[in-house]
Amino acid sequence: MYTEKVMDHFMHPRNVGEIEDASGVGTVGNAKCGDIMRIYLDIDENQVVRDAKFKTFGCGAAIATSSMATEMIIGKTVQQALEVTNKAVMEALGGLPPVKVHCSLLAEQAVHAALWDYAQKNHLTIEGLKPPVGDVDELEHEEEEEA
Amino acid sequence: MIYMDNAATTRMSERAFEAMRPFFMEQYANEAGTYSFANASKEAVENARRQVAAVIGAKPAEIYFTSGGTESDNWALKGIAQANAAKGRHIIISAIEHHAVLHSADALKRQGWEVTVLPVDEYGMVDPASVEAAIRPDTVLVSIMAANNEIGTIQPLEKIGEACKRHGVLFHTDAVQAYAHIPLHVEAMHIDLLSASGHKFHGPKGVGFLYVRRGVKLPPFMDGGAQERKRRAGTTNVAGIVGMGAAAEETSANLARTMEKVSAVRDHLIARIEKEIPYCRLNGHRTERLPGNVNFCFRFVEGEGMLMLLDANGICASSGSACTSGSLDPSHVLLAIGLPHEIAHGSLRLSISEATTMEEADKVVDALLQIIPRLRAMSPLYEDFIRQHPNHA
Repeated sequence: MYTEKVMDHFMHPRNVGEIEDASGVGTVGNAKCGDIMRIYLDIDENQVVRDAKFKTFGCGAAIATSSMATEMIIGKTVQQALEVTNKAVMEALGGLPPVKVHCSLLAEQAVHAALWDYAQKNHLTIEGLKPPVGDVDELEHEEEEEA
Repeated sequence: MIYMDNAATTRMSERAFEAMRPFFMEQYANEAGTYSFANASKEAVENARRQVAAVIGAKPAEIYFTSGGTESDNWALKGIAQANAAKGRHIIISAIEHHAVLHSADALKRQGWEVTVLPVDEYGMVDPASVEAAIRPDTVLVSIMAANNEIGTIQPLEKIGEACKRHGVLFHTDAVQAYAHIPLHVEAMHIDLLSASGHKFHGPKGVGFLYVRRGVKLPPFMDGGAQERKRRAGTTNVAGIVGMGAAAEETSANLARTMEKVSAVRDHLIARIEKEIPYCRLNGHRTERLPGNVNFCFRFVEGEGMLMLLDANGICASSGSACTSGSLDPSHVLLAIGLPHEIAHGSLRLSISEATTMEEADKVVDALLQIIPRLRAMSPLYEDFIRQHPNHA
């Protein structure tokens, strides 16, 4: 059901954990649907993501996408991190089963929520960054309709 | 490999397999044939009918072979509703029925029948008094499962049957998980219709039966030939029926001893998990429980991750989480016993058989002792919980 890449990131997730005094923290999803992702960012003075960590309550795909998303944004500027889409995360994982596409969307939203938190704390404006939505349900359903 | 998904399906009994073997290459006659070559097939099918009937105290003529539990449930609900439409259009089921019953009831609802869905208590038990209270003059059928496939709770069938009998309402039970696993008796329990499936008790897949009490009007579900006394058309699945009959006889022969042996492994699993893994909850009834069923919720973790890590350890199990059900909602059974969504997502079902050993049980608990903390260490819910309750870490 899952690609080798997904299995690898599920069995050996990268960047699990927390960051003390993180530059930004974002939590998305809800327990009702069975997926919650939290991403911690450590961002340096040049607005480069020095480190990223995650905690995820969710299925194999949710854990794998969190792992891949953190790996993809480390070393990038906040502007570049913002441009890491759910599609890019999915492609990097070699694809996801259709019912799991919402997991990749959740990972994108978690990164955005953490970036938003960073921007708020530092009174910055990141071009193209929208405030996080409280519940990703609506987004999930849009995605499913497209699929 | 350690196989703990016997509620999904079982390994075939070697005796049943051997009993089936001649009916593929040698005795391949259509059972309906008039030549003597068909005699062996005919006799074998009638022998199997006696074998499966004996397990529940039924008469062989009250057994109708089907393709399995789903067909039997569909036939019972839709057939009885149709046959009694003139009397009334109300049926009663419980909230924890298998989808074969739930969705058959939904289909009837769309055609104008009224369906009362009875709640269950926190252990998954139906109150017989609630059955009696729900019966109306236009009620034609009560369908309550014998034992639940997810949490293993055994229903008070005798009391429910008595209530139905008192009010002259037909009583169907989906006994797919219970047949040849616990004692069932259609007379003592006042059961009018009973569904069972061969592969749940070491018989082959694709065969089951519906017990229909003599005198109960039930139109055919499939139109066609005159098989099964004109009630179930389609060429008789001789080998499958023979395999199911042999498995029924073998499994039920030492039922009390088997139940004792399987329950001992079950209780060992439950005791170790409760003692060694914090923040878990046993789902289902502690004593009124299928011998082979263990079902736990582990807080702060999600079921699919658990199954994948168990699989990596060579262990087959199942879960009622949303990710495994193919929808956003966790199992309707876990919600019906009052679990909140986030807890229901962390459920694990271990269903064992008489072949499961204590050593295997220990290996599974040992694996869980690695897997649960590993997933909790990844869980933001656990992180929040520990932050709020630092003494529990």
